Amino acid sequence: MANPNSDERIPTVICDGVDIVYRVNGTGAGRGSATAALNRMLRRKTAEKAAGVRRVHAVKNVSFTAYKGEAIGLIGTNGSGKSTLLKAVAGLLPVENGAIYTDGQPSLLGVNAALMGDLTGEKNVYLGGLAMGMSREEIKERYQEIVDFSGINDKGDFITLPMRTYSSGMGARLRFSIAAAKDHDVLLIDEALATGDASFRKRSEKRIRELRQHAGTVFLVSHSNASIRDTCERALWLERGVLRMDGPTEEVLEAYEEFTEGGSKPKRANPKKPKPQKQEPAAAEAPLSS
Amino acid sequence: MSQVLDTPPPTATESAETPAQLAARYGLSVSGARPSLPEYVRQLWARRHFISAFATAKLTSQYAQAKLGQVWQVMTPLLNAAVYYFIFGVLLHTKKGVPDYIPFLVTGVFIWTFTSSSILTGTRAISGNLGLVRALHFPRAALPISFCLQQLQQLLFSMAALLVILLFFGVPVAASWLLAIPALILQFTFNAGVSMIMARLGAKTPDIAQLMPFVLRTWMYISGVMWSIDKLTDQQSGLPSWVAPVLKANPAAVYIDLMRFALIDSFHASQLPPHVWVVATGWALLAGVGGFIYFWKAEETYGRG
Repeated sequence: MANPNSDERIPTVICDGVDIVYRVNGTGAGRGSATAALNRMLRRKTAEKAAGVRRVHAVKNVSFTAYKGEAIGLIGTNGSGKSTLLKAVAGLLPVENGAIYTDGQPSLLGVNAALMGDLTGEKNVYLGGLAMGMSREEIKERYQEIVDFSGINDKGDFITLPMRTYSSGMGARLRFSIAAAKDHDVLLIDEALATGDASFRKRSEKRIRELRQHAGTVFLVSHSNASIRDTCERALWLERGVLRMDGPTEEVLEAYEEFTEGGSKPKRANPKKPKPQKQEPAAAEAPLSS
Repeated sequence: MSQVLDTPPPTATESAETPAQLAARYGLSVSGARPSLPEYVRQLWARRHFISAFATAKLTSQYAQAKLGQVWQVMTPLLNAAVYYFIFGVLLHTKKGVPDYIPFLVTGVFIWTFTSSSILTGTRAISGNLGLVRALHFPRAALPISFCLQQLQQLLFSMAALLVILLFFGVPVAASWLLAIPALILQFTFNAGVSMIMARLGAKTPDIAQLMPFVLRTWMYISGVMWSIDKLTDQQSGLPSWVAPVLKANPAAVYIDLMRFALIDSFHASQLPPHVWVVATGWALLAGVGGFIYFWKAEETYGRG
C-alpha cells in the first residue's frame, strides 16, 4: 500500500475524528398532529427531540489519512456509512465533530442528477460535462471518446434519441462514461462498477485504473469484493459507522468475508441505537448485493 | 486473521504530528468550506455555461413529450392572456377607459408571469434539486439564477407573440421599443435576487413553497396586471390618496408599467410613477446584490442535514 513512485508520501485526504449525524424531520411524534408542528416551529432548537427530529449517527469517530497514488476501497454491510463518509469527503455533507482536510476539491463520480431524460444523449453529454465543471471546448474534444466508450452507438444511432428511451443498462453506461470523462485530483466512486454488461464492465475497470493514474487518490465504495480486489490496494472497513479495520486489501477483505459469512443473526438496521459496543462481535448477514 | 481494529490505521504511525498539523504542512484545506465572496463570484462566472445550458435544457424538456412540442412555448402564454381577457375584459369590463386594452393586458400578464414564475421556481431551486446539490460541486447560486434565466427565455418567446399582437392591434412601431431591453435587464436582476432569497428560505423551510402561490396571487392583484392602478384608485373608489403611489412603486408594477410605456404608444409617461427608472434600478440593485449576499451566507448549508 505504499506509494510506488515516490519516497515521501503526500497526504491528499485526512479525516480527523469525523462524526456525521443526520437529522430527519417528521418522524414519529412530529408531523400529523398540528400541535406538534406548532411546537416544532416555536421551540426550534430546544425541543429537537420532542418535536420528532431524529438524529441518526451515521459515522462515528473515523480517522484515516489517504496518500497520493493510493486506491482505497470502502467496504461494509448496507447502511454502515460508506456513502455518507464519501459525501463528507466530497464536502457535500457537514461533519458534526472533527474535520476533513483535502487537497483540492474531491469529486464524486456521478452526474446522474444533472442529466435529463427528455434530452437526447448528445445534449446530456454536454449538460453533464458542464455540470462537472468542464468547459465547452473540453467536452467537444472528448465528445467522441465519451460516446465511443459508452458503446451507445454500437447498435445504431441512439445518441440522438432522448435518454428516457434508453434501456437501464444503456443509461447507466452513458452516465458512467460522462462521469469518467473528467480527470480529478481526488476521485470518489460509489458502486459505479456494477453497471452494464461484462464487456462494458471490463472497459470501465480499465478506465478507473487510468483515472487513478491521473488522480491523486481514488476511493471506491463497492459491494463487489472482486472489484475492490482488482482496483484497490488498501481497504477501509466500516461497520455501523465505526472504522473497524484499515489495512492492505487482502487482509481486510479476509476479515470482512469471515464476518459476513460467519454471521447467523440477521443484522439489525436500527440507526437510533445510541452507542454500539465497539468490541461486540456484531453478527451480520451477508449483504444481498455482494 | 481475526483481530479487529477500533483505532485506525497502521498508516498513521508516521509521527506524533496531529492530523491538523499534517494537513497544514501539506496545505490541505477543510472540505466543504464556504468560499469568500469574490472567490464565489469567480466560481459562479466559471459556471456560466452550465447555468445557461441547464436553463435551456429545462426549457426544452418542458414540452419534449407534447405532440406540438415547442409550439407550446408560444401557445401557453397566449392562452393565458386569452383567459384573462375573457374574464377581466369581457365579463368584468375592466377595459373601460383603458386604451389599447388587449396589448395593455397581455404585456401585464407576460411581465408579471416572468416575475412570479421566477420567484416560484426559485423557491424550489434548492429544495427541489437536492439530488443535484448532493452529488456535484458548483456554486449553488447557479440554480436559482439558472431558473430565472429559463423564465427569461420563456418570456422572450412570449415577447415574440406579444410583438405580433401589438402589430395586429395597430400599435405603431416606435423607437421606444428599445427601452424594453434595459427594463428587462433590470427586471431579471430583481427576479434573480428575490429568487435567491426565496431559495435560501425554501431550502431551510420547504413549507414556504406551499405558501408562495397565495402570496404571489395577492401581489398580482395589487400590481395592476389586468387593470390600470389609476382607474382603480380614482375619485369614486374611496381609497385614501396614498394608496396609488404606493401600489405603483411596488417592483412588479414598476416593471410592468415600464414595459407598457416602452411598447404601447397610448401609455404615456404621465402614467408612470415619478423617477421610474431610478426606482426600477433601485429595486434591481437592492434585490440583486442583497439577495446574492444573503444566499452566499448559507452556501455551505445547502443540501445538508
